[in-house]
Amino acid sequence: MPKNESIKNVLVIGSGPIVIGQAAEFDYAGVQACRALREEGVRVILVNSNPATIMTDENIADKVYIEPLTIEAFEYIINKERPDGLIASLGGQTGLNLAMSLHKKGILKKYNVKLLGTSVEAINNAEDRELFKELMLNIGEPVPESTTVSTLEEAQKFAQKIGYPLIIRPAFTLGGSGGGIASNPQEFEQIVHSGLLRSPISQVLVEKSIAGYKEIEYEVMRDANDTCIAICNMENIDPIGIHTGDSFVVAPSQTLTNKEYQMLRTSALKIIKALKIEGGCNVQYALDTKSNKYYVIEVNPRVSRSSALASKATGYPIAKVTTKIAMGYYLHEIPNAITHKTVAAFEPALDYVVTKIPKWPFDKFAQGDRLLGTKMKATGEVMAIGRTFESSFKKAVTSMEDKNTGLVRRKYMQLSDDELKALLHVQDDRRIFRVAEALTRRISVDEINQITKIDKWFIYKIKSLVDFEQRLKGEILTPELYLEAKEKGFLDSEIAIFSKKHLSEVEKIKDDARIKASFKIVDTCAAEFQAYTPYYYSTYNEFDENKVDELKKSILILGSGSIRIGQGIEFDYCSVHAAWGVRENGYQSLIVNSNPETLSTDFDVADKLYFEPMNIENIMNIVNSEKPYGVMVQFGGQTAINLAGKLHERGVNIIGTSIESINAAEDRKLFEKLLRDLNIPQPQGRAVRKVADAIKAYEELGFPLLVRPSYVIGGRGMQVVYNADELLTYFNSALKFSDEHPVLIDQYIEGQELELDAVSDGENVLIPGITEHIERAGVHSGDSMAIYPTQTVSDNVKSQLVEYCEKIARALKVKGLMNIQFVIKDDKAYVIEVNPRASRTVPIMSKVTNIPMVEIGINACLGRSIVEQGYTPGLVKKTALVCVKVPVFSFQKLNRIDPALAPEMKSTGEVLGIDRTFDNALLKGFLAAGYTFPDRRGDVMLSLNDNTKPEGVGIARSLTDLGFRIVATTGTHKYLKEHGINSKEIQNFDMEKMQEHMKKGQLCFIINTPTSNANSARVGSENRGFMIRTIAEMYSTPCFTSPDTANAYLRALKYFVSKPKMTYDSIEKYRLEQPQEELIHI
Amino acid sequence: MAKLLLTNGMIFEGESIGAEGTAFGEICFNTSMAGYQEILTDPSYAEQVIVMTYPEIGNYGINPDDFESDRVSARGFVIKNYCEHESHYKSSINLSDYLKKNSVVGISGVDTRYLTTVIREAGAMNCVITTGEITDEIKENLKNYSMSKDVALNVSRRQTDVYKNDGVRLAVIDVGIKKSILENFKNLGCDLTVFPGFVSAKEILHGKFDAVLISNGPGDPQDAVKTINTVKNLLGKIPMYGICLGYQILSIVLGAKTYKLKYGHRGANHPVINLETNKVIITSQNHGYATDIDTLPENAIATYKNLNDGTLEGFRCPSYHIEAVQFHPEAAPGPSDANLIISGWVETIKKNKKSGFTSLLQRMIRKSGH
Repeated sequence: MPKNESIKNVLVIGSGPIVIGQAAEFDYAGVQACRALREEGVRVILVNSNPATIMTDENIADKVYIEPLTIEAFEYIINKERPDGLIASLGGQTGLNLAMSLHKKGILKKYNVKLLGTSVEAINNAEDRELFKELMLNIGEPVPESTTVSTLEEAQKFAQKIGYPLIIRPAFTLGGSGGGIASNPQEFEQIVHSGLLRSPISQVLVEKSIAGYKEIEYEVMRDANDTCIAICNMENIDPIGIHTGDSFVVAPSQTLTNKEYQMLRTSALKIIKALKIEGGCNVQYALDTKSNKYYVIEVNPRVSRSSALASKATGYPIAKVTTKIAMGYYLHEIPNAITHKTVAAFEPALDYVVTKIPKWPFDKFAQGDRLLGTKMKATGEVMAIGRTFESSFKKAVTSMEDKNTGLVRRKYMQLSDDELKALLHVQDDRRIFRVAEALTRRISVDEINQITKIDKWFIYKIKSLVDFEQRLKGEILTPELYLEAKEKGFLDSEIAIFSKKHLSEVEKIKDDARIKASFKIVDTCAAEFQAYTPYYYSTYNEFDENKVDELKKSILILGSGSIRIGQGIEFDYCSVHAAWGVRENGYQSLIVNSNPETLSTDFDVADKLYFEPMNIENIMNIVNSEKPYGVMVQFGGQTAINLAGKLHERGVNIIGTSIESINAAEDRKLFEKLLRDLNIPQPQGRAVRKVADAIKAYEELGFPLLVRPSYVIGGRGMQVVYNADELLTYFNSALKFSDEHPVLIDQYIEGQELELDAVSDGENVLIPGITEHIERAGVHSGDSMAIYPTQTVSDNVKSQLVEYCEKIARALKVKGLMNIQFVIKDDKAYVIEVNPRASRTVPIMSKVTNIPMVEIGINACLGRSIVEQGYTPGLVKKTALVCVKVPVFSFQKLNRIDPALAPEMKSTGEVLGIDRTFDNALLKGFLAAGYTFPDRRGDVMLSLNDNTKPEGVGIARSLTDLGFRIVATTGTHKYLKEHGINSKEIQNFDMEKMQEHMKKGQLCFIINTPTSNANSARVGSENRGFMIRTIAEMYSTPCFTSPDTANAYLRALKYFVSKPKMTYDSIEKYRLEQPQEELIHI
Repeated sequence: MAKLLLTNGMIFEGESIGAEGTAFGEICFNTSMAGYQEILTDPSYAEQVIVMTYPEIGNYGINPDDFESDRVSARGFVIKNYCEHESHYKSSINLSDYLKKNSVVGISGVDTRYLTTVIREAGAMNCVITTGEITDEIKENLKNYSMSKDVALNVSRRQTDVYKNDGVRLAVIDVGIKKSILENFKNLGCDLTVFPGFVSAKEILHGKFDAVLISNGPGDPQDAVKTINTVKNLLGKIPMYGICLGYQILSIVLGAKTYKLKYGHRGANHPVINLETNKVIITSQNHGYATDIDTLPENAIATYKNLNDGTLEGFRCPSYHIEAVQFHPEAAPGPSDANLIISGWVETIKKNKKSGFTSLLQRMIRKSGH
């Protein structure tokens, strides 16, 4: 059927902030959807609260609303825009749930909005556990023995009948939030409870555990003509029991016979036909390892993380085709973008192996619970493509960007065989490295298989890599052996280590034998047809398909690798804009990245895409093949910056800010000197490598001090210390993960934090705006709430900021983007950090000011000054709107992580509240971040450290004024009493009582300021605070750990209580209006 | 060590994974990601050398249940990466040993993607794989090599086999039949008599069958002279169905022309559209020849078309009660979307039998003196 011509305006729902289980894949999907719709001449209205996305760029949709994803906002927008249709299946679980609510509340019907694509009924049948089970039974598809419950009692009854272990899956949650495997009644009670709490419809599925089965996924698609295709199947290396988002995954399946492959494919198609899905859908299976028995585990009736992976793994644009189907097209009517000749109704054939490895945040959360189960913990993922499993797997491991590449992890070498075997039972993020260690020690494949249930096929393949390491160690490195190593995916640096040679010697063998990487194309059809996809991956000892256009100058843009805390989607935003900017300047744009979730790895963003690890050797392979005019490192976050020096050493032209300047900003000593020379105030600091130096430093600088390792991502390992003990503890542990670079010790100035993003052409700077943090300095900028334009900053301070920015930019001859962070005390600005690269706030500033920072930066890098580009240097006049950025955390997915705000970044994403006044914007920011404002005035718990007790009095007064009852821990209770405020005392050690309160939902929220930021100080009062905070997370009770955040929340609450009339407008509308109000003081 | 030489002079080197020796054949590639066992034992690959485009092969070994015939008909096997340690509960022998046991020459370590593009651009050609040296004699032999005209009869059975059942009675002409075609019909209750490819029309008509099925098989359909003659003599006298080579033979008998495709269709991902219902299915395919859609006679109706290249994939001829498809509804390997075609045929045969149509046809034939 051709497209539905009655659909002229379509509303697209984004997926909101990046949280664990819902990352950049929905920006990729959403952008594809918007483009596919506009190709059809449809007017697109986009709503998303996440400002770091490409989809919220004004050139992606006709109307962009950066507004909270709430029913109220949507009803308002629908009423105003009157869309004919709504696409729900591309905004993740968030989008799907929202669409369902809009339907249930009758809003879609009221405004005559058609849900495009998969119907409400189909979504319900797939998402509601009970309906789904019934449907599966009706069509004869096996599901594990299970029951759906709404109360703990019902769940317990089932548990008694079936026995443990049991899997608990909450309905309608993303990333399995609130789920888990229980092997005893205690665990069971806790998981069921939190599952019921997390599920928006208070429903959980309890099912018999089939842990140990193979986990297989199918990405399938159906159109209204009932044409069904399987785009890709994927096999989890980790068997059932670990969330697929936390599993090592390969595509296509490796251990399935044709019969098994087709048995599950047939089942998947039968299911989507029965459900009447229209668009992409994901079906997960458990397959027995000893028979053809299988179970259907789950169906996601929407585009998902797996579909993003499948799109990148096959080249098949699932989100785009889903959108076309939603517009009424049949699969065989949609042209195939890859071959230009065939149609979208076909199944991709792969002639390579794809490996996906999750990226977990445990490098940042050293204390976190690394055990993996049904609850997803990874923040992102990497993918690698190789012509063999070995090379694909090795490349994926390289892409993890661990300190070590390869499979060897020294810490496991010290274990005894028994210890090692015992640890093989532990399902955590590092198990694969223990498997490799076990194989090195000749522990048998059978035994490892028995313990881990990982299919022997994978273990043998890993063994072949481990065995090859031994060959490299024992044999003379001939060109033949070297080539074999390259075919297996070994890096030159690894070969050098194993063969005990210097890297240069290995490189000489390579060069003498004229061995180099060649590139193959991802074409969906295994070379059966001529393909036009500029999508490449490297291989060795094979024909090079790379067509280098030597007449055209090219520029290589380094991407940012996996999404991780501290390096999120914002850098993908910058990379994509960089590709566009480079092209506009007449160059061929090349992108290299390893992240399958992102838009930057969509093959039609840059002129050429290289899906490769973000490792110097892999980047140099591209450089040697393409011979680009230069490489851009400033858009790919710290990942790209860390490669700059190595590229420079190899004679590669770094476009933009020079390597010397990057070093001057990153190297503490050089940076201090720079600021001193420029006469710019800075907290005094020292770079130390020895304990003795640390002692000398604190004696000179005094406490409190901010300590951190140099060259870091997202403030990893950063901490405020208040005394010598804390400093020394930190220092001892910090050196472990940073022996190349010193530890930095700075005076900690507890003032207001400001931040600016600028574009520099080496002479002049353009500063789109200054943002003001709500939390005082000491909270990582990524975790702070931030306001643009500033609300409380004096002109005097602003001019200091501008002056310093100009000075630094000129001194460093910055070309491109830069970000400076300041702390303000007594109207005096101190520079605390300069990043000569794109920062987290570039997308926000670009959007709210309508100044395309990345493009201007690229133009500046390529020789067009700011003035030539038509901009007036200096601080740009503030726009009419006010916006508040609110960070969003994913603690519910991670156990044993302290949610307290600290210098170390912990948030995974952010939202933006935009409006005409600060109060409106603040309220929207909180709402968009998922905070609620309690209707009833229940209990609020206060537990404050000594530093913040004085401020606590004001907070407590506000709370009492608002009608809340205060519950306070002993010390806080006493202090408040002394200051004439009544509170109910709760005994410090009565954790059970606190838990009881939270469990019953009696606590509206908690304000708890941590005693110390030291991670190690989990004793005494700090341990209690930590317990309070983690219990709060467990029961989804909001917990504020900075008095500044608490005050902001109370301000929003007060405003909310006044029942303000909220309006929701497109970002363009807000921006173009005249200011309505003068500065407000907060 | 093993070497692969193409008629265009290109040489690919790799490791030997099969039997020692030298094998000539037509080189062709298959894009299925699983199912090497079914492909190797599919008689349609007789006198061909198969290149697997999927690079990891041998992963699950060889098992007793997935054979498409009791031997390997292909001459040689070309792959990228051979899996030395297969892993599957059903596996009884690994691929390499299986190839050796069946005297099939195999080569691994080949850039099969590049080889595929060469075949795609240059078109089908002959090749030789040898575990020895490429001598002048081998080169000369390759130049003179051509596929035998009797390739289909060579892989056909020599005797007639009967599989008793209580359903419709089907005469099957085996010109290289895959086991799973027989299995599909057996599972539908059909009573099967499977004849060799050289069976006469008389013998079939004598058996009073409800319908005839002409199987898949190797080679140029125009070379299957004996079978074409038999089918000609059956035309109009009994309903006939065809798969792959059987389909091509039926089209020739009806007066259509067949031609050699540049590099054939071999894989498990071919979309075909049913021209009568506008529905699309994904099919398993293995053919180097096609029936020219423009030469179909007026009494034949095109039923399926390939969405990739627009080639004809199926037709029916109501006046002669003929239905046939180019692709493989029995899959093996590949998707089973087209399975319904087989059950549809059996339903039609059943209906005709019930309505007395078949016996009417048979009486008419007897009257007319055949």
